[in-house]
Amino acid sequence: MPGITREEVAHLARLARLELKGEELDHFAGQLDDIIGAVARVSEVADQDVPPTSHPLPLTNVMRADEVRPSLTPEQALSGAPAQEQQRFKVPQILGED
Amino acid sequence: MTDIIKLTAAEIAAKIAAGELTAVEVTEAHLARIEAVDEKVHAFLHVDREGALAQARAVDAKRAAGEKLGPLAGVPLALKDIFTTEGIPTTVGSKILEGWIPPYDATLTKKLKAADVVILGKTNMDEFAMGSSTENSAYGPTGNPWDLTRIPGGSGGGSSAALASFQSPLAIGTDTGGSIRQPAAVTGTVGVKPTYGAVSRYGMVAFSSSLDQGGPCARTVLDAALLHEVIAGHDPLDSTSIDAPVPPVVEAARNGSVAGMRVGVVKQFRGEGYQAGVVQRFDEAVAVLKELGAEIVELDCPSFDLALSAYYLIAPSECSSNLARFDGLRYGLRVGDDGTHSAEEVTAHTREAGFGPEVKRRIMLGTYALSSGYYDAYYGSAQKVRTLITRDFEKSFEQVDVIVSPTTPTTAFPIGERADDPMAMYLADLCTIPTNLAGNSAMSLPCGLAPEDDLPVGLQIIAPAMKDDRLYKVGAAVEAAFVEKWGHPLLEEAPSL
Amino acid sequence: MTTTTDLVSYEDALASYDPVMGLEVHVELGTRTKMFCGCSTELGAEPNSQTCPTCLGMPGSLPVVNATGVESAIKIGLALHCEIAEWCRFARKNYFYPDMPKNFQTSQYDEPIAFNGYLDVQLEDGEVFRVEIERAHMEEDTGKSTHVGGATGRIHGALHSLLDYNRAGIPLIEIVTKPIEGAGERAPEVARAYVAELRELIKALGVSEARMEMGQMRCDVNLSLMPKGAEKFGTRSETKNVNSLRSVERAARFEIQRHAAVLSSGGTIIQETRHFHEDTGSTTSGRVKEEAEDYRYFPEPDLVPVAPSREWVEELRAGLPEQPLARRNRLREEWGVSAHDMQSILNAGAIDTIVATIEAGADAASARKWWMGELARSANESGKSLEDLSITPAQVARVTELVSSGDLNDKLARQVIEGVLAGEGTPDEVVEKRGLKVVSDEGALTAAVDEAIAGNPGVAEKIRGGKVAAAGALVGAVMKATRGQADAARVKELILEKLGVSEG
Ligand SMILES: [Mg+2]
Ligand SMILES: [Zn+2]
Repeated sequence: MPGITREEVAHLARLARLELKGEELDHFAGQLDDIIGAVARVSEVADQDVPPTSHPLPLTNVMRADEVRPSLTPEQALSGAPAQEQQRFKVPQILGED
Repeated sequence: MTDIIKLTAAEIAAKIAAGELTAVEVTEAHLARIEAVDEKVHAFLHVDREGALAQARAVDAKRAAGEKLGPLAGVPLALKDIFTTEGIPTTVGSKILEGWIPPYDATLTKKLKAADVVILGKTNMDEFAMGSSTENSAYGPTGNPWDLTRIPGGSGGGSSAALASFQSPLAIGTDTGGSIRQPAAVTGTVGVKPTYGAVSRYGMVAFSSSLDQGGPCARTVLDAALLHEVIAGHDPLDSTSIDAPVPPVVEAARNGSVAGMRVGVVKQFRGEGYQAGVVQRFDEAVAVLKELGAEIVELDCPSFDLALSAYYLIAPSECSSNLARFDGLRYGLRVGDDGTHSAEEVTAHTREAGFGPEVKRRIMLGTYALSSGYYDAYYGSAQKVRTLITRDFEKSFEQVDVIVSPTTPTTAFPIGERADDPMAMYLADLCTIPTNLAGNSAMSLPCGLAPEDDLPVGLQIIAPAMKDDRLYKVGAAVEAAFVEKWGHPLLEEAPSL
Repeated sequence: MTTTTDLVSYEDALASYDPVMGLEVHVELGTRTKMFCGCSTELGAEPNSQTCPTCLGMPGSLPVVNATGVESAIKIGLALHCEIAEWCRFARKNYFYPDMPKNFQTSQYDEPIAFNGYLDVQLEDGEVFRVEIERAHMEEDTGKSTHVGGATGRIHGALHSLLDYNRAGIPLIEIVTKPIEGAGERAPEVARAYVAELRELIKALGVSEARMEMGQMRCDVNLSLMPKGAEKFGTRSETKNVNSLRSVERAARFEIQRHAAVLSSGGTIIQETRHFHEDTGSTTSGRVKEEAEDYRYFPEPDLVPVAPSREWVEELRAGLPEQPLARRNRLREEWGVSAHDMQSILNAGAIDTIVATIEAGADAASARKWWMGELARSANESGKSLEDLSITPAQVARVTELVSSGDLNDKLARQVIEGVLAGEGTPDEVVEKRGLKVVSDEGALTAAVDEAIAGNPGVAEKIRGGKVAAAGALVGAVMKATRGQADAARVKELILEKLGVSEG
């Protein structure tokens, strides 16, 4: 098991949108390494022909009829918004696409 | 006053129904107790004095009008701050939701209100229910009423401490890896993790969706059963909710008995890491069960040795996704929006500032376990372990009616002792986690004080899925036997605050 | 953004390379409510008025699957000749984006509800090309962002953005083809024909109006080239959200030319998303994936598996409508039109309106003539689709009825249609208000004919001399005198009668 590097931690932090500070990267690298080292035992069963369990109860086909239910009012929807304008959530400029 | 706060929920409800007490008197007594002791205990993050009194007045008005009252009408309750409450702040113990006032009630909140339960306020917890000590709350730790320098368990330490310090006769907890049972064990109270799907998760802020389950906390088995009946039941807003009648838990709690029952003791639930006094009290409990007519069966559940590992992959994985929504854009905290940062940067700054170290650690761990190249080895294998654990339970329940174990390997540890050692902290949930992974039900109730530190020890009773009533049947019998043996409920031995 | 792209000619590109395409189409279902909550999907609502804790991703909220969404997905799968999963789960696709409230999309990953199908599409010349379908799966749409402060309302240069989550959570079906190989130079045409055919299918199923101009159907065009004779696919580009049939074809064509230019000059194609620009017909580079996407898919724990019973699947199969291509072939026979004409009708989106007009009593030729002529022109000018014109198939049928009864001639009929489109009322009301009845009063017509003959003695003489074709000039004079309200055929008859000649 190769140790978790600072670079890997930085990559994970980007995926998780956490602006980790320098010392946090080192701190987490060590701790994640310890924890992963301890829990990696689960891979003992990787080769076993056992179906994985994603849901604890064997329920299927839980669906609702296509019927409209009351929505929140726009005031309620926006009540917790850090900023709003024109009845919309106001957010800083979006980079990403374009 | 003192008398009222020492009453059980069942007694309070009976006295209100009989006109011997008013709901307002009861509520005022508890609000006064909170006023008097919560500065020391810090069980509550928010006390809703006005809301509680209004609800109490409504109950009294109902009674005056001759309306029939429900079995918990007018009884005060402390609600873990993980359930949404319309118009009342809900923080989940996190800075990232500081000041958030939900525009909707959780299904559980609705059910409590409909049952005329008086919600006193919201209780402290480990941030996003991640922890076993309530030290991870962004709003400061809660003290254990038995010894304020020690942890009250976690994540639902606020709820357990409120019960043990007589600030409320009822409380609500949530249990993802033991967060109801472990706090109950270390505070000498009763806590039940119902079968997964028994209590709606709608409006319960998610930590690990496939493991989370809300449940009742109380000082007696009967009180827990009365609360269980109020909060359980099918909810069309939760796709994983069980669409079947609630097991007869109250009836079971009123008719405690283990005569003729087969009770399993799992080999894997003892050994290294277990405090001697905990093992001693557990063995005594097994002896009591035998005296009461149970047959004790030794069980081998080899997959349980992998439970903790599987849990610390599955829960962080699900939480890394569940907590992605806290991005500073629609509600809650926003940090760094000074006109020079993009939405992406503001989100990263908000999450950095808004989440505490344990939450970040688990988000990072889960992100790792799900990332490409690691998924099969970690998340995939953990889900397989889950299947093996379920099979071990199924095999065991062919031989026994219930399983018993210590709830937690040690008594309450001092605040700060394990704060910097996540792996040591995680061991607190060694005995409780298998039940979350398999989805069945379990209870913790007091079984004495450990001789070495005079702190409460919890007995865990585990039942198959949808057989939650067995917990109460066995729990009530054990509780009665212990109270008779001690001459009083265990909490009477707690120091007065 | 302003980098110019070198291209090689289309012919040269195809001479050296074989294109391989993958098409991913997202269809917004026309359900009443969203995929995972009961919020309305009605268009045109106030911002954030159709949102709830679930579609806003509020803490504590949970999803519940819309049964009609699942049913629609199965119908689409069956119509695409797919297998329907016996058991499948939803999965979370984890990535951060402000228009996605939970910062994961509830989608399906390795267990799509429908897989392994095909769709036969017909090209302009009648050739049928089979497009293999990889999968069709269920997911949810995102909210809409408006970018404020930038010059063009685009992200670039914007100071901040405003988010409306009314669209967030609307059910989407994503339909993914297997790699489309062997289309050669016809690849762009295949792409267009596939999307057109898919749109017909979706509309026929009644699961969505599939209006591309409204974003109800959007296509991602993935394209790569491999040198002729090669076995291994080249690196692909992903042109996102192409929003019309014409653009699908143009985007594919442009990318073929661009890839060829890069490859033949010794360059390498980078895997990236690209944006198509309607104005120039070109694509520009979007997001370059500096770090490989890692969506960390895992089964959605908040939703239980979907296991459609075989009975349900068979019931839905039995209720499927006729396949659009088969239907078009049948209609082609019935209407007596060529494959090429039928293709034009399909491209104009006129099949259903023509069918409805025929059902309302018109004959096939007239129905087709009006919808593909006058009305197509009007729709084109106003930038609307045929269904959006303010005339119904029944009204068009009424116009054709008035023509065949002789109450209107074509010229007047055009004016009636113009009136209906202008909102002047029903065809009969327009006829009434504008006074557009054909002049059928024989006395008035005879007088007008006499007048025309008297006024054009030279022409009259020619006709008497046997030059029947010259009658057109006199007909014209009569039509002018009656302001177009005469029946031209009857006028000609009268002229010939008066001048004592007979036709043929
Ligand atoms: Mg998609
Ligand atoms: Zn909604």
